[in-house]
Amino acid sequence: MSFQYAPAPESRAVLDLKSSYGLFIDGEFVDGSGQAFKSVSPATEEVLAEISEASEADIDRAVAAARRAYTRVWSKMPGAERAKYLYRIARIVQERSRELAVLESLDNGKPIREARDVDVPLLAAHFFYYAGWADKLQYAGFGPKPKPLGVAAQVIPWNFPLLMLAWKVAPALAAGNTVVLKPAETTSLTALAFADICQQADLPPGVVNIVTGAGETGRALVSHPGVDKVAFTGSTEVGKAIARAVAGTSKSVTLELGGKAANILFDDAPIDQAVEGIVNGIFFNQGHVCCAGSRLLVQESVYDDVLLRLKRRMATLRIGDPLDKNTDVGAINSSEQLARIRELSQVGVSEGAERWSAPCELPDRGFWFAPTIFTGVTQAHRIAREEIFGPVLSVLTFRTPLEAVEKANNTPYGLSAGVWTDKGSRILWMANQLRAGVVWANTFNRFDPTSPFGGYKESGYGREGGRHGLEAYLAQ
Amino acid sequence: MPSKTATSGSRLDVRKTYKLFIGGKFPRSESGRSYVVSDARGHFLANAAAASRKDARDAVAAARKAFPAWSGVTAYNRGQVLYRVAEVLEGRRDQFVAEVASGEGTTSARAAHAVDMAVDRLVWYAGWADKVAQVVGSTNPVAGPYFDFSVPEPTGVVAVLAPQESSLLGLVSVIAPVIVTGNTVVVAASRDRPLPAITLSEVLATSDVPGGVVNILTGSVGETAPWLASHMDVNGIDLTGAAGDTEHAVELELAAVENLKRVRRAPATEPDWTGDPGLGRLTQFLETKTVWHPIGL
Repeated sequence: MSFQYAPAPESRAVLDLKSSYGLFIDGEFVDGSGQAFKSVSPATEEVLAEISEASEADIDRAVAAARRAYTRVWSKMPGAERAKYLYRIARIVQERSRELAVLESLDNGKPIREARDVDVPLLAAHFFYYAGWADKLQYAGFGPKPKPLGVAAQVIPWNFPLLMLAWKVAPALAAGNTVVLKPAETTSLTALAFADICQQADLPPGVVNIVTGAGETGRALVSHPGVDKVAFTGSTEVGKAIARAVAGTSKSVTLELGGKAANILFDDAPIDQAVEGIVNGIFFNQGHVCCAGSRLLVQESVYDDVLLRLKRRMATLRIGDPLDKNTDVGAINSSEQLARIRELSQVGVSEGAERWSAPCELPDRGFWFAPTIFTGVTQAHRIAREEIFGPVLSVLTFRTPLEAVEKANNTPYGLSAGVWTDKGSRILWMANQLRAGVVWANTFNRFDPTSPFGGYKESGYGREGGRHGLEAYLAQ
Repeated sequence: MPSKTATSGSRLDVRKTYKLFIGGKFPRSESGRSYVVSDARGHFLANAAAASRKDARDAVAAARKAFPAWSGVTAYNRGQVLYRVAEVLEGRRDQFVAEVASGEGTTSARAAHAVDMAVDRLVWYAGWADKVAQVVGSTNPVAGPYFDFSVPEPTGVVAVLAPQESSLLGLVSVIAPVIVTGNTVVVAASRDRPLPAITLSEVLATSDVPGGVVNILTGSVGETAPWLASHMDVNGIDLTGAAGDTEHAVELELAAVENLKRVRRAPATEPDWTGDPGLGRLTQFLETKTVWHPIGL
């Protein structure tokens, strides 16, 4: 049975988009001196605005502003006062939640339902959570007089622009650091809206600075000598380049990088719930999730049943206008990312895996990729080893728990994993054996500001979230 | 130790051959090489094995092999094993005092103090085995019907460049915190003062420490360290032994990037090992794992 859905588009009237945006330095919006670039809506390819590119000189000014604010204001301010600024920011985020959700959906391509129910609420929650730490740092377990590091350079990806900003900025500010943040070049708009929120909150100038641009701007920022701390979320390749750039300096580094998570389904699991979890694990946010469950490991005895139900469920996913409140899967963030997903999918076919895509009509304009699974995948296939970062699931099978663990851990990554079984002792055994920083048992893709998140092995180092997340911003 | 010449009425000493410690065994270097170890005044002490690239790789393989079992035993068990190391080390106190005194060129009294502190440090870290998870782990009050907890787990195989100067106290201070949490280690011992490290390996071999948990290489750190830093099956590296040699330390940090090893950078100068160690070394090579499960009927 299939349902027809009337369009239910969220209004864009709440937005007041300008034709061009500058950088946010020392509390003011200023023009960048680099080459301006365009931000487009990935769902329609409509140009949303022109964005300034920060040059090295702009980075110099931003870092200098952050240093001044650190030395003169932020590091001297009592923690209780810093806390109140963060609480204020959290409240303004809640007040402006509709606007932020619409802008995030428009600029990123993610469904409005997700931006509204996940990204923006978590943005506010992170500021609320870390606000409360600002005047309690001496009790956090990092010594009786923990000190901030100084100026933090933070580079974030395009998949969760506001949420990644929150993961970086909230703990940094709570611990007494000032920041220079660079959003991804395809998703600058909500970071600039956040800058406006900082102004509304009367946050002292220079405490938060936002510089827009692409890879070059990021490189200039993380290798700037005036920076004490580098925090990066993004690809493992760029993470390694950053680790090289800071080698031999005194900068401390945290890296939250790629993943190739195994989602492991045992034959005693409640299959329908597990299928929901598999779908959420790989198609949430178009699969643009570093911890996505991109390798499904199914116990052989239930393989046929699981595949049948998975395909049936995938056929009901609604792909299309991200601003439609009924949409499940939105647009791929950029043409470059779409090309990469297409290329790796083609590799999957040419290496012998069998491809099946959900039957759906894709819009004519914009960047789209139908939810897709590959069966007959072996561990040697590139689609089982490389991060695709799109709505593509590789399905493998196993017979015994030991084999499942062996296959799940057979990757240089170690960010997350999923386990589906009704047997409690097996959940805990699996959780213990899996070499991954987050293990979701009978659930997937859950995030919370109190819950530490981060990888093993080449998925990076350091944790974000919870008490653990403060450690990255405090001197030991 | 320097031996007496046999003269009438006296007995010729049986000297010890100082070898490597890999996988619980005492091999010579596969390269067949050795180098002269002298005391602080330049007198001959021993020929020690000069470890090669192959020895370093063998040591990593042994450490990897030992990791699942060592990280899998109970924390209580690891604590008891470390305590046992302290007991056995104490039993060899005189031998260590003599080796530390001659190698570091210090008085017997000062050497004895260092040995005593090394024993006490092992006891201190032994006690951490079943406490560190309670100090750095947590349950996380997430906003939803989930039980969510975070536990520390060992990083894996860790390469440790031991301090060049403090040949026993410093050595114990860099090994104990890494293994007590369940990691296994490959140690590049002090080049010029390796004898306490080799004697320590004899202590480890007789203290219920499973073979491969600690592997000790002697020889030029400059020769073995680059292979350890770039080895894809090493998960972390402690550069303490490169203190003061910035150029070498940066090269090693760069080599470690290839598989994103956790790096403890080299200090400007060798630390004072007599102070409170703190938690830094204990937590340096720990990963945090967070587990979620729904709560419901």
